[in-house]
Amino acid sequence: MAKKVHVTTTVNGDDYEYLAEPGQTLVDVLRNNLELTGTKEGCSTGDCGACSVILDGELVCSCLVLAAETDGKSVETIEGMADGDNLHPLQRNFLDLNGLQCGICTPGFLIAAKALLERNPDPTETEARFWLAGNLCRCTGYDKIVRSVMAAAEEMRGA
Amino acid sequence: MATILEDSKYDPQRDLKVVGSNPVKHDGLDKVTGRAKFGADYFLPGMLYGRTLRSPHPHAIIKSIDTSAAEAVPGVKSIVTRDDFPEIDPGTVAGEMTRTAMAREKALFDGHPVAAVAATTDAAAKQALKLIKVDYEILPHVIDPVDAMQPDAPILHDYIRTKGLDEPSDKPTNITERLITEMGDVEKGFAEADVIVERDFDSKPMHQGYIEPQGCVAEYSDDGQVELWCCTQAPFVYRDRLSAILKMESAKINVQQSELGGGFGGKTGFYPEPVAILLSKKAKRPVKMVLSRNEVFRGTGPVSATNYTIKMGVTKDGKITAAQGHLVFQTGIFTGSMYFNGPNAMFTRYNFENIHIESFEVVSNRPKVNSFRAPCVPQIVFGVEGVIDELARKIGMDPIDLRLKNAATEGYTTVYGETLGPIGFVETLQAAKDSEHYKSLVKDGEGRGVAAGFWFNRGGETSTSMNIAPDGSVTIITGTADVAGSRISIAMMAAEELGIDVDKVRITMADTNSLGFNRVTAGSRTTYSVGMTVVDNARQCIDQFVKRAAEIWDVPEDAVVYENGECRPAGANVGNFEPLTIADITKQTTMSHGAVTASASMNVTGAGPGFGLHIVDAKVDEETGRTDITRYTVVEDAGKAIHPLQVEGQYQGGAVQGIGWALNEEYVYGEDGRLQNASFLDYRMPVTSDVPMIDTVIVEVPNPRHPFGLRGVGEVPVVPTMAAIGNAIGNAIGVRPQSLPMSPPKLLEIIDNRNS
Ligand code: FES
Ligand code: FES
Repeated sequence: MAKKVHVTTTVNGDDYEYLAEPGQTLVDVLRNNLELTGTKEGCSTGDCGACSVILDGELVCSCLVLAAETDGKSVETIEGMADGDNLHPLQRNFLDLNGLQCGICTPGFLIAAKALLERNPDPTETEARFWLAGNLCRCTGYDKIVRSVMAAAEEMRGA
Repeated sequence: MATILEDSKYDPQRDLKVVGSNPVKHDGLDKVTGRAKFGADYFLPGMLYGRTLRSPHPHAIIKSIDTSAAEAVPGVKSIVTRDDFPEIDPGTVAGEMTRTAMAREKALFDGHPVAAVAATTDAAAKQALKLIKVDYEILPHVIDPVDAMQPDAPILHDYIRTKGLDEPSDKPTNITERLITEMGDVEKGFAEADVIVERDFDSKPMHQGYIEPQGCVAEYSDDGQVELWCCTQAPFVYRDRLSAILKMESAKINVQQSELGGGFGGKTGFYPEPVAILLSKKAKRPVKMVLSRNEVFRGTGPVSATNYTIKMGVTKDGKITAAQGHLVFQTGIFTGSMYFNGPNAMFTRYNFENIHIESFEVVSNRPKVNSFRAPCVPQIVFGVEGVIDELARKIGMDPIDLRLKNAATEGYTTVYGETLGPIGFVETLQAAKDSEHYKSLVKDGEGRGVAAGFWFNRGGETSTSMNIAPDGSVTIITGTADVAGSRISIAMMAAEELGIDVDKVRITMADTNSLGFNRVTAGSRTTYSVGMTVVDNARQCIDQFVKRAAEIWDVPEDAVVYENGECRPAGANVGNFEPLTIADITKQTTMSHGAVTASASMNVTGAGPGFGLHIVDAKVDEETGRTDITRYTVVEDAGKAIHPLQVEGQYQGGAVQGIGWALNEEYVYGEDGRLQNASFLDYRMPVTSDVPMIDTVIVEVPNPRHPFGLRGVGEVPVVPTMAAIGNAIGNAIGVRPQSLPMSPPKLLEIIDNRNS
């Protein structure tokens, strides 16, 4: 067995220190070592977006990032999206507009949409659709997801 | 008290307060915060990780399996192969289920499990798989169903004899069954027709495409009790089938359903679950198994591929006089495709008198197909609705008018023998005709298509119980899996019946030890059937509230009425009593009388059939063959939409799945019989930027057998999708495609042929 790698990182603002296999992906560590199972793994090849997290401000598929690469960096996951009891406007709009059915894709969409709105607070529907094209949803047909994101964007611009 | 099946009637005068509104789903908060637990999210102390070795060969005798080197890998705690599964005869239902879980005499498709390992780490389990030596004797294989029907095709099972032949044969074959479905006299019908159209069609398998791969944790304790946490549409069916193939009593297997990350029919049968149980039994530790996406594609059920011919005749004034089909369904390696839905549903929605359909089900070297929304129907409707459009064009009639002219109405007896009650097909067609979309002009360079679909809708065995807490809040235990948010609709129906706020009602999904049998969530049965039992639960509880209020007031029971969540005196002469809320009653009487509870177990009947019509505008890029869907409207009868946003979501999700099936999704096999596109990169499902908003029109023609009038809505939305898109493409490029998917290479070929 190859020697493990010592990783120091913050996840949702909390400090973590752990040993990872050299080939272990970030999603694997988040879910299995840190037991933060809100981040989902649908494909492990970067094609479904269920594992989306924000790494030092950048949206990434955590199945394509090695845990060892995150040493010294900060990771944001779905578990850190709400501010205590206050849901993020994206989360609340997904609930109000039924932007989820089974919910397996939801954490990935919420994280990806958050990254979109941080970069572009006023996206057109087409911009939102292209930004979210890396996230698969098989239940909703995307209609209510896109509506939830647009409604949250509008609310955040107004706030 | 009579059960709800006996006395339930839809009451159009009833003033509904909860039903028809859009409260936030109770399971929603956990799903937007990452707290919801899906199949892969369970951890137990001492848990091991299980992995599966799969055959790379589509057809091979397994001569021997040597696991000795794998056993020596540090961390490996157990290995299972065919030898660990009880011996069950091939050719039986259980025999085929056990051979789906683990290959026995032969590996029968690329991706067939042949061994599995449990180890302390996932890495150790994967390393051990590489060291398992399997000695295969490779046999000739057959992938295509039409090839598999040929007399010189390799025979995949020596026990299959075609059922339903006019002259039974004792020759082994790959054709499991032939079925004739008929009414009237098609020859006479064709003789009456002025125009006859006959066309050949085919479709490829597509995958259900749920984003959550199968995942489970199994724990086998020394006293033979199994605890299984898994994502499933069918906890009770899993339990009973596991009992059959593992030869254990059902009561010793407790299945706890997790949140389900999509199923669409694909999680109605198990894959890693029995393997995880046996690995746990051998290792004496809990074992978690989660499939990779590659395993999901190669090892779990896609839908049936089909090859078929449709022939129909129409008179000049638009009466369709005869309808004929010759259908071949590929079932994968074992029978069980439910192909009979195809002939039963393909023409149902029209009032045809003369029908003749001959169907065949065929095995080939692919994973056994699994259900997908309206199993075996949409791929046939693709052809039927294409022929109907061609008939309309040939007689110069509007396509919706032709469908209206031939629409089935109450009293029509279907080809499968059901006489229809009040149905909403005419209303659906009319709503489509009146829609802004259908009235709008087709944009330059685009084509518009319509197509109609039908699904039976189902009921079936359903159990629920209701418990009223001393503070008056309500918990309901259900066992029919929630696959997309049925929980909120069920809570709403309970709240409506009890006359209370929906936030006072909470639903718990039962493990199989906690409740009576529930049939699988499939066939659009859940909201309908569970709605029936919870309304029955609520009525039983109301009876008890009334009894207890009468006792508190010391008046006869018939002097008490229950309304809006409270008991009050039936009239001024009863006495001057303050109304008693549920909480007032339970607080005062739980100690003396025990809790108010109710349970109901029934085989729910009376599901009302569902009908839909889709309108699609599409544009085809003649250079690349790519189709863009520019506008899409789903019109469908919901009976009554309990939670309209949820109903719209069903319509929209079904339509987009159908868009994928129509334009891209297919299984691609190489000459070697191996699946070549087992990833989301190569098996391309629609993404956000591929589709427009999906408009919906909810038609409401109540089902008289349900207290709130509802019909199931889960299957119909996918039924007409490919047909409507095919018709739109046909109108855009001038030739109606006959092969699914209508992918760019196929459309380019059609365009080339058209131009030359
Ligand atoms: S799991 Fe990372 S993109 Fe699918
Ligand atoms: S809600 Fe089920 S995959 Fe998106």
